[in-house]
Amino acid sequence: MNGLFTFEDYGDLVLLLSDSIWAAALLGVVGGLISVFVMARDIGFAVHGISELSFAGAAFALLIAADVVIGSMAGAVIAAVAIGLGGAKVGEKNAIIGVMMPFGLGLAILFLALYDGRAANKFGLLTGQIVAIRPDQLQLLVWCALLVLVLLAVLWRPLMFASVDPEAAQARGVPMARLSVVFMLVLGVAVALSVQVVGVLLVLALLITPAAAATQLTASPLWVPVLSVVFAVTSSVGGILIALGSPAVPISPFVTTISFAIYLVCRLFGGRRLARHRKLSTRRAAAHA
Amino acid sequence: MNPPVELRDAGLRFHDRVLWQHLDLSVEPGEFLAVLGPNGTGKTSLLKVLLGQHALFQGTARINGRPARRGNSDVGYVPQQKGLDEHVPMRGRDMVRMGINGHRWGPGLPSRRLRARVDELIAQVGAEDFADAPAGVLSGGERQRLRVAAALGSDPSVLLCDEPLLSLDLHHQQVVSNLLHRQAAEHDTTVLFVTHEINPVLPYVDRVLYLAGGRFRIGTPREVINTETLSELYRSRVRVVEVDGQLLIVGGDEGAAHHHEPPADAAPEGRIL
Repeated sequence: MNGLFTFEDYGDLVLLLSDSIWAAALLGVVGGLISVFVMARDIGFAVHGISELSFAGAAFALLIAADVVIGSMAGAVIAAVAIGLGGAKVGEKNAIIGVMMPFGLGLAILFLALYDGRAANKFGLLTGQIVAIRPDQLQLLVWCALLVLVLLAVLWRPLMFASVDPEAAQARGVPMARLSVVFMLVLGVAVALSVQVVGVLLVLALLITPAAAATQLTASPLWVPVLSVVFAVTSSVGGILIALGSPAVPISPFVTTISFAIYLVCRLFGGRRLARHRKLSTRRAAAHA
Repeated sequence: MNPPVELRDAGLRFHDRVLWQHLDLSVEPGEFLAVLGPNGTGKTSLLKVLLGQHALFQGTARINGRPARRGNSDVGYVPQQKGLDEHVPMRGRDMVRMGINGHRWGPGLPSRRLRARVDELIAQVGAEDFADAPAGVLSGGERQRLRVAAALGSDPSVLLCDEPLLSLDLHHQQVVSNLLHRQAAEHDTTVLFVTHEINPVLPYVDRVLYLAGGRFRIGTPREVINTETLSELYRSRVRVVEVDGQLLIVGGDEGAAHHHEPPADAAPEGRIL
């Protein structure tokens, strides 16, 4: 391990990057909460598509010498809204995502080929760059994260209702179509935020894995988001803290590894929990057979 | 007093296809009305009209004297049973809670009153044993009982049920039918029950609305589900046989289906209704 990790000056580094670490924690909160809905609405593929199109937006921003963070945000939001408006059925949505994703990535490659600036800029977005981000960009991320959190708090109940029992929610007067578009907007921003931490290729580590792990342990609508946030923050902040000791490796492999390890542990305990519930269910069925 | 459900000269169409028209129907408090007929005759659409999700092209639809509209808390809705992911972040009791306040904005804080109300509804459908289990591991029948509880969450005077027994085992068909019957009998809730199968609810049904081929009949089960009436409705020979208190409908060939109807499923051939 010599050479890969060095913890000299570790305390100084943490201080130097404390803003980035706080931002990563906040983005972890956003990821943990959004991932609950990504799971409940079964839209992992959409998240992946949105993140790749946010890369196209960032590449375009790079090309025209605009702000990369704003570019990736714009790309993600446009993609999310297009998917949201595109079709009501899951199959239809997936087709639209599948059609848009390679086109967006193709554009990104084109923009990067036309760009003749520093090569490191090209790949920061693929693998995450939160520690390399400028203070003004960091501020933008924080404001966007707070906006997402406020919107999620307002939408929470009807969005959950609409996600798990759409027919009943519609009958109760939940404005399904409008809610879906607003949620996609929020999702677009959230994806663009996560892209800054773990990069385009790895967003699912913050936007699916935390809730997937949490739902292994409980079905409580209170504890699932709480655990999901804890897991996402642990992954994002933990990833940075480990990465600080390892200048040669970017953050994202640490974030994804922590996130994956948490999932594995949860799955181990969750499997037993589900088996117990299934057994009880069979017993109830047998009681009146 | 205004009837809980009232249709006057109502007509429904999809594009230029008229599903039914000149439908006059008034359903009383506590009445259990079964809506029967082949697929594509507008049974579910009738419920959607009463939920304010579909507009009539003629006539009026009223709930307690006021025009049908979306999100009316006077109306409870029990949809078809369908599978749920095992990992959905909901327990049985949360499904019931959503029926009470799931449509409101904000995260929703727990309160003692809300909890008491949820417990009361759970007890009403006899779901105490499994209310705390994850919704995703419940059986279809158990979930359907909780859906009934959820639909009662807004204390509605009208309960609209869209094939609530579909793909339930016999035991739960009886349990759910009985629940709805008791709700009608003891709480004066008006129940509209869309179904393919009349037999599980036959003991409880006060009247039947039978839709077929753009025509309809309204009356008691015996008045409507008999050889003469159904043959006339289907414009083809249909026989109704009664076996052990169950009604079996036999016949109804392709001619039975209106030429505008989707052909599959349209004829109740050999089907036990």
